[in-house]
Amino acid sequence: MTDISLDGRDGSELISFRIGEQEFCVDIMAVREIRGWTPATPVPHSPPFVRGVINLRGAVLPVIDLADRLGLGRAVETARHVIIVVQIGSRIVGLLVDAVCDILSTADHVVQRTPDLAGDQMQNFVRGLIALDGRMISLLDLDLVLDQPQREAA
Amino acid sequence: MDPMDAIRTTFFIECDELLAQLEEGLMAMEQGATDSETINSVFRAVHSVKGGGGAFGLDPLVRFSHVFETLLDQIRSGQVDPSETVVATLLRAADMLADHVNAARDGGVADEARSEQIAAAIMALTVGGAANAFEEQPAEIEGLNFTPQLVSLDLPAAAPADDFDLAALLASAGVDAPAAEAADGDWLVTFAPHASLYAKANDAALVLRELIGLADEATVSLDDEALLPLEEMDPAGAYLGWTVRLPASVAEADIRDAFAFVDEDCDLEIKREGGAADTVAVEPQAEESLNLLDSLLLQVKEEPAPDPHPAPAAPAAAVDPAPKPEAVAAGAPMQAAASATAAAPPQTIRVDLDRVDRLINLVGELVINQAMLAQRVHESGAGKATDVNLALTDLELLTRGIQDSVMAIRAQPVKSVFQRMPRLVREVGEATGKRVRLVTEGEGTEVDKTVVEKLSDPITHMIRNAIDHGLETPAEREAAGKSAEGTVRLTAAHRSGRIVIEVADDGKGVDRVRVKAKAIEKGLIATDAQLSDEEIDNLIFAPGFSTASTVSDISGRGVGMDVVKRSVQALGGRITIVSTPGQGSRFSLSLPLTLAVLDGMVVTVGDQTLVAPLTAIIESLKPRAGEVRPLGPHNKVLQIRDAYVPLIDTGAALGFGRSALEPTEGVALLVDSENAGQVALMVDQILGQRQVVIKSLETNYGATDGVAAATILGDGRVALILDIDGLVTAHRRMPPPAPRTESLVLTAAE
Repeated sequence: MTDISLDGRDGSELISFRIGEQEFCVDIMAVREIRGWTPATPVPHSPPFVRGVINLRGAVLPVIDLADRLGLGRAVETARHVIIVVQIGSRIVGLLVDAVCDILSTADHVVQRTPDLAGDQMQNFVRGLIALDGRMISLLDLDLVLDQPQREAA
Repeated sequence: MDPMDAIRTTFFIECDELLAQLEEGLMAMEQGATDSETINSVFRAVHSVKGGGGAFGLDPLVRFSHVFETLLDQIRSGQVDPSETVVATLLRAADMLADHVNAARDGGVADEARSEQIAAAIMALTVGGAANAFEEQPAEIEGLNFTPQLVSLDLPAAAPADDFDLAALLASAGVDAPAAEAADGDWLVTFAPHASLYAKANDAALVLRELIGLADEATVSLDDEALLPLEEMDPAGAYLGWTVRLPASVAEADIRDAFAFVDEDCDLEIKREGGAADTVAVEPQAEESLNLLDSLLLQVKEEPAPDPHPAPAAPAAAVDPAPKPEAVAAGAPMQAAASATAAAPPQTIRVDLDRVDRLINLVGELVINQAMLAQRVHESGAGKATDVNLALTDLELLTRGIQDSVMAIRAQPVKSVFQRMPRLVREVGEATGKRVRLVTEGEGTEVDKTVVEKLSDPITHMIRNAIDHGLETPAEREAAGKSAEGTVRLTAAHRSGRIVIEVADDGKGVDRVRVKAKAIEKGLIATDAQLSDEEIDNLIFAPGFSTASTVSDISGRGVGMDVVKRSVQALGGRITIVSTPGQGSRFSLSLPLTLAVLDGMVVTVGDQTLVAPLTAIIESLKPRAGEVRPLGPHNKVLQIRDAYVPLIDTGAALGFGRSALEPTEGVALLVDSENAGQVALMVDQILGQRQVVIKSLETNYGATDGVAAATILGDGRVALILDIDGLVTAHRRMPPPAPRTESLVLTAAE
């Protein structure tokens, strides 16, 4: 078993959430707030995983359908879906997920290297895996979630 | 940021302010304001730039400003008369100094040859040993290095700049010599710097050296009583004081001069030995001597008893009374007004723009929330006179008040842009050999900071244009019975919620014959076209039009008025021209007061709500059957009166994939696009006109074709603001639209 560190910090806190049957987590330091689903305004010529933009107290915030981005199929949103507002670089972005589950600490859990998977789009985004009470939680690398299509476009 | 970089940045911001102050002062001098306050402010501006430049080792800048300062100093002391030619040279020097500052900021070097040439012109006006000033300079820069040094007690007088004789002046003022003698006795100058003096990069050693330089015999004694044991000392503190004894023959004004830049930051006492009269304030200006008695009397009134520590206030009191009676006596209201404004500058703070923007965003959101709350309360059926509704009305008023105040924070007078223009006028006037007078009005008109910043280019171009194309040469003007000097008026005013900037000249007006010929030659109009005068005048805004047969570097690097028009339109503004042959032309810019708000037409496309900028819309109409014609395999044109314009399906162009609605069921917005002329945009419905707050889409997402920005509607949802030009471009790049493919499939199925 190989440990991988999270930005060189031990004892980072992670926030975990669910998309379909799978569980994921991100560094809690990137999370600005969590809010309920509100209908988004579609943006022309955007990649399919960009659901549109919403109003976050005056800022225009893109919402990414994380399920679609990870190749799990487009989410069918309900009032119970949540938007996790995260900071990626200088941008604030909303991630549409099914539900928020837990807060974990890397001090208590070991992050394992992601095994090689064949030609799966999700591999681009998963930095490691955490085993917890029989659950498997994938640690996401947020840097690529929004940036990639923008770079392609530019 | 590196702390040194931060200091550098601050220095250059200050330089901008100082240069503006310098230009303003010089312009006032050009208008005849030669009061000591104006001259002093000009001198201080140059001196401060020099001081900062020295601290950063900007040698060319320091060398130039030193020469500049020397001449100003002589004007200040009345040795050089600020005549028209002198002020003209000073203005050129101010331009050069600005070049030096800009070069230093960009890490380059200013035009040395020009600098030398102007420095030589300045030195030619300087009296006496000024030529040496240029060579002396390096020594003075070395002196700025802060190294603890012993002050030699019997330093020989370096330069007895004592051209002022107290007794003679008093005699000329009708004051009896014995009266002066009564106050005689050696000067005792007690000088104790505060820490702030060193913090402002001044140096007590320099002040002392200047004092000692005033007389052959000077003694300095050190007061180190306040000195603390080393471990208790604050490294940035000031613990030393000095007492300088100077012979009675030294003029007090010279002593005060030595403290001119440090008097706020030290304890200073200047008195005659033996505790005689505390201060005798004398300004060296000869013309003020007549007012000496008055000022002495004033001073007696103002300083009834010798305070043990009167020092900090004394210099101000000593300078003030003299110019005031002079201004009143000369009956110059302008000078009086100038000193009045200088006396009480509005207090300001420098705030990071990001913070203001954040505040504006939050207030925008507050306004939306307030509207949503009002809507909810209304829906709940609460009566008008209920407590909830009354409280809501208060909230609404309060919100509006907050919004107005917040928007006012970003408002700035257009002065900062107008101030750059005199220089431009001088340069263009020189290059074209035309004599130009620039008149500005309404400099205090306020607009949003972002608008102010973007005004500079169009105004610069319009003024260049007015001088280069509008004004005639002095000979032509005289032949036409006008004064040889042309006038360009630059004015700003608020008009119905917008700012209107006008550039008017009294030149020859638009040469319509030539403009029309040129337009025909360039294929912009048909050879036999019948155009009204107004239409001909407007041809100069046509893309690719330039009346200059060769591109001169004055009329702007091949940039035509079409570029001005485009940049004005990008700001949500309009430009118009009115021209009268032989009497001149007037260009008017009408711009919104802020770029944060936009007048928009709210429309629907499919189930989306979009906002089209009102400035781009010429008219809206419901196309009738027969007015929409197909052109080519998948394009349509709309007939508007006699013209056919391309018809763009907005939904399809934005990639919303809306199945093409029959044009006759929707509304066409006739818009003016930059690169395709007039275009009709099809939308489903017009909801109305509204002012919307512009929100960036790029901050968190990215640039999107066809979308300029976003806004937030009353229901809290985001609506996109159309970018007309982007939409037209996106439409052109579009592959054959989807509806067409579908209809093909349909046809095949049938």
